[in-house]
Amino acid sequence: MSIPKVCGIETEYGITMPKTADANPITASSMLINAFVNEISGKVGWDFVDEAPGHDARGFNLEGSLPPEVETHLVNTVLTNGARFYVDHAHPEYSSPECLNPKEAVLYDKAGELVLRKAMSAAKRALPNEQEIVVYKNNSDRKGNSYGCHENYIMDRQVPFNKIARQITPFFVTRQIFCGSGKVGSEFPNIPKWEVPFQISQRADFFEEVVGLETTLKRPIVNTRDEPHADATRYRRLHVILGDANMSQFSSYLKLGTTALVLSMIEDSFLDDSDLAIEDPVESLRKVSWDLSLSVPLRRVSGGSISALDLQWEFLRLAQKYANQRGTEVVGGDDFGDEILQGWEETLQALEADPMSLADRLDWVAKYQLVLGYMDRHGLEWDDPKLAAIDLQYHDIRPEKSLFYRLGVRSLWSDLEAEEATHSPPRGTRAYFRGKCLEKYPRNVAAANWDSIIFDLGRDPLRRVPMMDPLRGTAKHVDALLERCNTAQELLDALGT
Amino acid sequence: MAEREMKKRSAPSARESEETQPQDASSKNKEGEELKAKLDAVLDEIDEVLEDNAEEFVRNYVQKGGE
Repeated sequence: MSIPKVCGIETEYGITMPKTADANPITASSMLINAFVNEISGKVGWDFVDEAPGHDARGFNLEGSLPPEVETHLVNTVLTNGARFYVDHAHPEYSSPECLNPKEAVLYDKAGELVLRKAMSAAKRALPNEQEIVVYKNNSDRKGNSYGCHENYIMDRQVPFNKIARQITPFFVTRQIFCGSGKVGSEFPNIPKWEVPFQISQRADFFEEVVGLETTLKRPIVNTRDEPHADATRYRRLHVILGDANMSQFSSYLKLGTTALVLSMIEDSFLDDSDLAIEDPVESLRKVSWDLSLSVPLRRVSGGSISALDLQWEFLRLAQKYANQRGTEVVGGDDFGDEILQGWEETLQALEADPMSLADRLDWVAKYQLVLGYMDRHGLEWDDPKLAAIDLQYHDIRPEKSLFYRLGVRSLWSDLEAEEATHSPPRGTRAYFRGKCLEKYPRNVAAANWDSIIFDLGRDPLRRVPMMDPLRGTAKHVDALLERCNTAQELLDALGT
Repeated sequence: MAEREMKKRSAPSARESEETQPQDASSKNKEGEELKAKLDAVLDEIDEVLEDNAEEFVRNYVQKGGE
């Protein structure tokens, strides 16, 4: 049965030190985060006890055969908004706190951009000789190296994983038509340059499997990492790795909102009798990304063919029917549900009638019209490096350098709201308890992770407070308690731990 | 395709009602013009913002894989 879609976004940023020869990206990422931590936030470490990225949702373990998700000696911190800010491989990564609905997750991802901006400024002040660290919110270096923007959705553990994988695949293959971030050219091996001058998605070139555990090699459309960071008897966390990092809040909202709805439909067996499956999902993913006419036929498993746009219409019609019958409590209630469904419908209509009319909303369209406009004005061909530079600089998050911010793409949240979200946690999930404990008892929080906080009271052994339910520890649950407890000792006494 | 056309007709959106259509069309034109004006303004100043040496900037942007 469907459960509220607590969700979040993890964004890995591309990183450079333009004025430093042979900069090491791991060192640069550490410096960036340390500079932020030293200047702005109290430092609280991450606790790794419950990390198990080798658990596979299909029911087996690959522990030992995979590198650990994070190297424990690298910088790792928790923010008072409940987010995690750390070095993942060779990138700085900001993982938003758990959010109660997709729109809130967009806010906390936007807050992440502000955190990264502050970190860049802090690093600049800390580094000698005018060196600087610059990050980009994109997914590839245009040379075949990709890094991710992962989404997470909580799901009912009772729903068989194979069913989720089977039913979500055609949706994942085609949703990029509204949530792709666009890319000049292709990084697919041996593809002639003229064949893909511009494509819809940053990531489609890099996927090789339909279902699998990997995230760095042989990337799968459906990732099987089974690490719920919650009570594993009740919950599953679907770890979605195929999306692009979005600059546009609208693209990001549609991505999370539509996905959350479709996952709820799967939980409620609403798609069991539908005929949505397509052949060759991996090849289809690229075909859709490479086809700006949105009409390339995808072969249906049941015979015949369908375009990505028409397949999205089918998903939308089913989602409308689902919302009418069951309501949309799972995405935060009918206001949010209606907003998502309306945005989805208007977007599909516009993609059908005139995709360029979405330049004020969708990332790939905004980037495409900018590149086309520049080519037109200067009489350039597709292989001009200026176009590749525009592609990269679209994702620069510094206001003075970002091309995205100049385009005036419509937003859902104001800068003020995003600023507030850099330090205040979401009120409707356990992130509230995590963030508020860090704010109120910073000296006594020894470490934290998604599903527990460890307190150090100075004399007893460290004490762990488990938070196995993402929907407990909300403002409603703990505000009065936190208000009452002036010290961490009082809090732990009150909790009886 | 035919099937979807039928479904679309059977479930029209509230905003597709006849009364609101002319207004939608004119506001869409206006939106289109605003979009174009905004793009022109960005194109006017983009060279001041773009990294000085595009070729070098793109060449030097090398990332290790992640995730």
